[in-house]
Amino acid sequence: MTFDPRKAGLTLAAPLLAIVFAVLVTSIVLAAAGDPVGTVWQTIFTQPRPRNVVNIINAASVLYLSALAAAVGFRMNLFNIGVDGQYRIAAFAAAYVAGEAWMPGKLNVLFSILVAVVVGALWAGIAGLLKVTRGVSEVISTIMLNSIATALVAYFLRQVAEKGSNNIHTTTIPASSQLAGFKLVGDAPNAIYTLSVLAVLAGIFYWLLLNRTVFGFNLRATGMSESAAVASGVSVKKMVVVSMLISGGVAGLIGMPLLFGDAYNYGLTFQTGLGFAGIAVALLGRNHPVGIALAALLFAFLNEQSNSLQLKAGVSNDIVNIMQGVIVLSVVIAYEVVRRYNNAAEQRRVAAQLAASRQAEEVPA
Amino acid sequence: MSEPDLIAVRLTDIGKRFPGVIANDQVNVTVRRGTVHAVVGENGAGKSTLMKILYGVQKPDSGTIEVDGQEMSFHSPSDAIAAGIGMVFQHFMLADNLTVLENVVLGAEKLYGSGDRARTRIRELSSAYGFDVDPDRLVEDLGVGDRQRVEILKVLYRGARTIILDEPTAVLVPQEVDELFENLRGLKAEGLTVLFISHKLDEVLAVADDVTVIRRGRTVTTVDPKHTTARQLAELMVGSELPSPSTETSTVTDVVQLSVRDLSLTDPLGGRDLLTDVSFDIHRGEVLGIAGVEGNGQAELVEAIMGMRKATGTVALGDVDISAWSTARRREAGVGYIPEDRHRHGLLLDAPLWENRMLGHQTQEPNRTGPFVDRRGARNDTDRIVAAYDVRTPSIDTTARALSGGNQQKLIVGREMSGNPVLLIAAHPTRGVDVGAQAAIWDHIKTARREGLAVLLISADLDELIGLSDSIQVMLRGRLVGSVDPQTVTPEQLGSAMTGAGVPA
Repeated sequence: MTFDPRKAGLTLAAPLLAIVFAVLVTSIVLAAAGDPVGTVWQTIFTQPRPRNVVNIINAASVLYLSALAAAVGFRMNLFNIGVDGQYRIAAFAAAYVAGEAWMPGKLNVLFSILVAVVVGALWAGIAGLLKVTRGVSEVISTIMLNSIATALVAYFLRQVAEKGSNNIHTTTIPASSQLAGFKLVGDAPNAIYTLSVLAVLAGIFYWLLLNRTVFGFNLRATGMSESAAVASGVSVKKMVVVSMLISGGVAGLIGMPLLFGDAYNYGLTFQTGLGFAGIAVALLGRNHPVGIALAALLFAFLNEQSNSLQLKAGVSNDIVNIMQGVIVLSVVIAYEVVRRYNNAAEQRRVAAQLAASRQAEEVPA
Repeated sequence: MSEPDLIAVRLTDIGKRFPGVIANDQVNVTVRRGTVHAVVGENGAGKSTLMKILYGVQKPDSGTIEVDGQEMSFHSPSDAIAAGIGMVFQHFMLADNLTVLENVVLGAEKLYGSGDRARTRIRELSSAYGFDVDPDRLVEDLGVGDRQRVEILKVLYRGARTIILDEPTAVLVPQEVDELFENLRGLKAEGLTVLFISHKLDEVLAVADDVTVIRRGRTVTTVDPKHTTARQLAELMVGSELPSPSTETSTVTDVVQLSVRDLSLTDPLGGRDLLTDVSFDIHRGEVLGIAGVEGNGQAELVEAIMGMRKATGTVALGDVDISAWSTARRREAGVGYIPEDRHRHGLLLDAPLWENRMLGHQTQEPNRTGPFVDRRGARNDTDRIVAAYDVRTPSIDTTARALSGGNQQKLIVGREMSGNPVLLIAAHPTRGVDVGAQAAIWDHIKTARREGLAVLLISADLDELIGLSDSIQVMLRGRLVGSVDPQTVTPEQLGSAMTGAGVPA
């Protein structure tokens, strides 16, 4: 593959401009509300302390998995909005299995992860089946499945929780299956989740699958032009079901680093909303494995750094949500502008090169 | 022509450069008022750029525009509209869920409001020019011809005296083309001027009063269609003698390669059957042409043979019944497919050429090794196709979108000829392709035919059909209604057979 520095520069320019634009808009909001604009940025863009660095990496790895799950669908124009429900129901199932500890130590971890992948895949697969058999839009069905997942998890949580306790959660995972994490950041008291490794593995898997396999080619072809994919022999129905299964399977991984590295059970306090954040991160990262990693780090950084806003600047950390929203909106526009510009530039370049060769040919005539 | 007050539009020495490309270079066109003036040229000759300049979409780098004898400088289409120039684009810009009246008035409410005054005005215009369009019908209920009339009405409503039509017949069936031409004569009779861009030369000769030929951004000449033939016009367009598609000695063998029996297809929307009992054989080394007015089932026939549509009846490749096979399996068995609409069915516009080389062949050598893409194999073979088929591109990493139509088509032909296909389904293989590429594509089909390839050829270009085919079947309303001998039939006879006027004996 040839590397085109101009094209790469343009691709990077779009998200950078979006961030600058978001800072501007957020500043206007802050100023309008009479909040201290300078202090807010100082707080957010200060160098994070070691424990914050660990938190950022942990949050980013989870966001990364969530974004990958959405991105698999996006690459074939399949909008799996149900990552949120898929990861919660998968995490619940895995937590239940891990709590029951049918297997010893680390084997218990592996088995639970497998359960999470299967449950996530099946839950997403429902939407895939509905789409290919009944023509139900996956956007609608996955959103509805999110609600059903919430109700199901709440119901089963009651069933498995200790009776009479206010603390509703699955049985806590035995200590032999709890993962201590990596103490990679020097002075930090906390550790990086062991299962952050899943994010790295999933990223490599995603890249290999999409760019190096015939299946990935078919998936991307379907995303670029469904009619051309059909004419080329791709069975779009099969692709829809398989992609939903893969997307849901990856979604199943989202809760795993948290479950085995921090929460040790699935309860009312288990982190929610990761699925929707993943959609935004996938958009910002342009469904590219490296782009998504950068976007996940950025979002995790903003979330972590905004925690002390209330304390230091007297500003609600919800301001960061505004900023993230503006980044995503403006980056979508910026990518489209860059895409059109690149198309036009390439067409001009090709025409120019061909015109030059044509003139050379014309000389003898 | 020398009377200045009879000149509606005069373009003098128009030049327009895009970075690296000269789109227009000293173009001179003089359009007499009250005439239909055609501008013809190959794809990429600069016709569209010229019209966009006249309509104010683009500014010329040099040259002058005169309208009714006055020099003009247009900064936007609204300046052009104010000067009485309107343009109807090839792709309609109508809101389906609004009525004709609402569509016409949209954006021009200041002229006659949006109520009864506007309705009256539309009725006046419609009857004055013989349009017969009801202002209160919903656009979604209208056919293509009527939609085009609505587009023309929009332009007239805004007071245009000179109307530019960009490839107006591209979307029409022959009867609609006749109606359009009747409308254009109506406009002309009322003193309006029509500028008509096309590369369908027979149509140009049928309707135009003057024809200006553009080649590579320059005006070649303006001719009188009464004393010019389509062939002369085509030669002016390309600047050389035209190649002819005629085949040499027959290479037809007696081995049946494709056997289609009783192929029928019902319309999922409940209309008349799309295909009814279609049966034919193609032998190795034979080109079977299907002649027919577009929309008579040719596209459906192709898609049924490719396995993209479920039809009843049998399709056999050699001795093997492939009726139940998927598209992928048919392709793997050696069926090549040049689709009618290369953008919809033949290319991934945003993917590089080497990935487009894989499309349709992604499960075959040299594009795969096991479950993985064989990048090196695919890229090397793309290099081979680019060289062998003269695809003009800077690199195989260029996206398909950046290539001209002719070069895209050459890539598709090269791809579909790869891997020794036994059957080629070629739907309009040279549509929208310049003459040089057309000759090359014909040569490739002829060469492959000599080597035993069976070809199903669908084409609207009757010269191509007669020249390449060993036998021709005529298709009408989803049925094969007769066969003609390409050795003896004339395009005129074939044309009348296609409309159901009977097959010549």
